[in-house]
Amino acid sequence: MNTFNQTRRDLVKGAGALGLVGVSAFAGGCATVGGSAKPKVVVVGGGFGGATAAKYIAMWSEGKIDVTLVERGDAFVSCPISNLVVGGSRQIADVTVGYGGLDKYGIRRVKGEATGFDPAKKTLALADGTSLPYDRLILSPGIDFMYETLPGLATGEAKNRVLAAWKAGPETVALRNQLTAMRDGGVYAIHIPKAPYRCPPGPYERACQVAWYFQQAKPKSKVLILDANEDVVSKKGLFMKAWNGQYKGLIEYRNNQEITDVDARTLSLKMSFGDDVKADVLNVLPPMRAGNIATANGLNNSNKRWCQVDWLTYESTAVPGVHILGDALQIAPAMPKSGHMANQHGKVCAAAIVELLTGGTVSQTPMVANTCYSFIDDKDVVHVASVHRYDAAQKTMVTVQGSGGLSAEQNKTEGIYANSWARNIWADMLT
Amino acid sequence: MISIRWSALFAALFVTSAFAQTAPTVDKNLGRNLAANCANCHGTNGKSVAEVPSLAGVPAALTIQKMKDYRDGKLPATIMHQLSKGYTDAQIVAIAEYLAKQPK
Repeated sequence: MNTFNQTRRDLVKGAGALGLVGVSAFAGGCATVGGSAKPKVVVVGGGFGGATAAKYIAMWSEGKIDVTLVERGDAFVSCPISNLVVGGSRQIADVTVGYGGLDKYGIRRVKGEATGFDPAKKTLALADGTSLPYDRLILSPGIDFMYETLPGLATGEAKNRVLAAWKAGPETVALRNQLTAMRDGGVYAIHIPKAPYRCPPGPYERACQVAWYFQQAKPKSKVLILDANEDVVSKKGLFMKAWNGQYKGLIEYRNNQEITDVDARTLSLKMSFGDDVKADVLNVLPPMRAGNIATANGLNNSNKRWCQVDWLTYESTAVPGVHILGDALQIAPAMPKSGHMANQHGKVCAAAIVELLTGGTVSQTPMVANTCYSFIDDKDVVHVASVHRYDAAQKTMVTVQGSGGLSAEQNKTEGIYANSWARNIWADMLT
Repeated sequence: MISIRWSALFAALFVTSAFAQTAPTVDKNLGRNLAANCANCHGTNGKSVAEVPSLAGVPAALTIQKMKDYRDGKLPATIMHQLSKGYTDAQIVAIAEYLAKQPK
């Protein structure tokens, strides 16, 4: 198998020797080797970032660039809205969309697992031993969990008993099944790692959805939120209002709840301070880092967890020719790890790559916006929104002063808009 | 020691990048790129597939006026009063003009 796995130092050294550092912007146009005369972009990961980038490169280049999307799954399963599957007001099919809608853009779809890449030869290696040539590689690898910090969850059996369910799919359904099987009077506990993690308000929304289900079906039960953070990370006032209002007595929130390990057999958390906490359904979100393909190939140059990029192109600052999108990034201040953000990264990156590969000029003034809806119950919703612009002096994204904000209070109008948002963003990525 | 040839190259690179920063070229795709910010809720190229209204084919003057009214608090909104404040007048014009040209 043609797997390639260099250290970051080797890669930077190699790139420097070839004179690529700093002039990679000019390398694309003449990099096509053999076969088709069209420049090639290979995208790994068909989530919010990758699928969007693939579609927009194909659309905006008007067929001048060959686009291949590598994805291991059969269909896209959306994390946003999936907490409603946990709560029982939606089915997993409602948050699942196929990839067939991308075919009309001429995108070549490859089902497989990408394992590594060779930045000198510009090839991507797949687990089946094949490789794909590229002029520009886009990785949208999402997150993977730092299970090494929780030895009690080392085995597959332990992971199945204490679910994360933080990548929508079979685990979402498995968590739902654990809740429906739980006795009335039981405790559902969710542990939240220290920020940054994928989807800041997501754990609090999940707590609300489980509480909503308990209200309907298991009123003697309780939801326990154990947060390693000092305070509620997102939409604090809006969530607290629901916890002290419609879910009073049902949801208990505890801050500064760091854990040292998990006992999957007894469904208990080993706390840094104080007694073990036991639950009937235990849901642990382990600390997270950039997805495996990024960390295994030296792209995680921020604290060894996240990937730094040039915000004009989303090109890695560790390896030229490789662009990274979505939750795997070391985010700029106040830019959340959200699907909406990943979709916006995908478009800025797509615009830049089309220019880089067709001899044009990369925009120096990219903007991204974030809109994030959270469901309090099956109908009431709250949002947080923000707009970010590129700051040339600081070379990062900054929040536009005066923009953005929160819902005044939870409401059903935004419940309709949240569902509309989901249908439009899924279509924006996949059809 | 750096040869004269290399120093000349470095100087050229420095001048080029300094020039690029002080006089950025106008983004020929500004309207398209910024309108892509709207697509998450309003659909690709402004064509919505759900309850949130489409912006494709809407006369530019109308979109510009609405954005300004959202920004000034004259139009009630759940979220647009917050998002509209993120864009300059010139950016709003570029977005509106691009969306006006898109097929309904």
